[in-house]
Amino acid sequence: MEKGINCCFSAMMTNSYTFVITSIAAFIVMRVLYVIYWSGKPLCTKPAKPFSTLIVLGSGGHTAEMLNLLSVLNTDRFAPRFYIAAATDNMSLQKARLFENSLIDKTGVVENAQFMQIYRSREVGQSYLTSVGTTLIAITHALWLMIKIRPQVIICNGPGTCVPLCVIAFLFKVVGIRWSSTFYVESIARVKRLSLSGLLLYQLRMADQFFVQWPQLQKKYPRAHHVGCLM
Amino acid sequence: MDDIDDSIKPERIVFVTVGTTCFDALVKVVDTPEVKQELFNKGYTQLLIQIGRGSYIPTKSSGEGGCLAVDCFTFSSSIADNLRSASLVISHAGSGSIFETLQLRKLLIVVVNEDLMDNHQSELAEELAERKHLFCASPQTLLHTIKALSLETLAPYHPGDARPVAKLMNRFLGFLEY
Repeated sequence: MEKGINCCFSAMMTNSYTFVITSIAAFIVMRVLYVIYWSGKPLCTKPAKPFSTLIVLGSGGHTAEMLNLLSVLNTDRFAPRFYIAAATDNMSLQKARLFENSLIDKTGVVENAQFMQIYRSREVGQSYLTSVGTTLIAITHALWLMIKIRPQVIICNGPGTCVPLCVIAFLFKVVGIRWSSTFYVESIARVKRLSLSGLLLYQLRMADQFFVQWPQLQKKYPRAHHVGCLM
Repeated sequence: MDDIDDSIKPERIVFVTVGTTCFDALVKVVDTPEVKQELFNKGYTQLLIQIGRGSYIPTKSSGEGGCLAVDCFTFSSSIADNLRSASLVISHAGSGSIFETLQLRKLLIVVVNEDLMDNHQSELAEELAERKHLFCASPQTLLHTIKALSLETLAPYHPGDARPVAKLMNRFLGFLEY
């Protein structure tokens, strides 16, 4: 008799375990779908405060394009600004500092920017196989930086470093830590094919708005906005 | 008299840049006697080569006795002055160097590095060559491109504009545009 009760009890326990697990899974799926649904939709409330903004810098040409974009953005709306560049790249942060200094000279506002470095997931010319290991290190470092910054706006234009940052931003949305809007501008150097970072963010729908600079690309990737050349 | 003639002769500089890359194939080909002779025949007087991370050092020359003066350096924090003083720019296919040169309205030959693993760079050079803003070559075809060089076939590049992106971003974030 007692054995029967035990048996019944354990069956109930297993049942309730499966119930709990399925409901958690269902909840997560629902939440992810909810986030995907609302990502890419314009914010409906008028912003009362400036957005804390993360700007991911790439090397050479990428940085020039990014600074060109920042120079036409109303920077009071995007503050404070956090610049991230690869640890192997000293030039980009230097250029961003010059840009921020020119803003101070122009507006007289105290500096509202921070500059940080991040490990790169893949160096130019590195094989895709070894990229896996270096990407894991880069992700951990990216997570640490993102927890510190928790940006509301992310602007990036193609360096590999932006992928882990955007994935983490998406997870923050799912978990409810921070809602953010990600803007991706594909580099002017991409005429016919997206970069690996661009392709990933496009396919995973992790960029709220995706911009391309050549009409050929917009035809191939219809969810992208064609905005003409930035340079 | 000869001395005076020499000083009056206008300087026409050819500036070669590989950016932060290593592109010995380009440096080697501009250092060949054929290319240097062709540039000299076209009226250029000086060849300045930025060799970046490359290991091939071109032979320097002071340019006496009817040949091109050749000089080189590895890096500089800004190549803007070099670009400005140049009459012809021969550049690697990095978008930074390309647009910096085009915005200064300089005659530009872009040489694509065919040894790169993921060679997306040729896309941009070919697109801009198709739109007649520059000439596109490979190290093998550079001599031929220099021989065929003519200004008339080129169209000036009008600098792009980032404002459409800014406008879309502002609208997305709910900032009203006046």
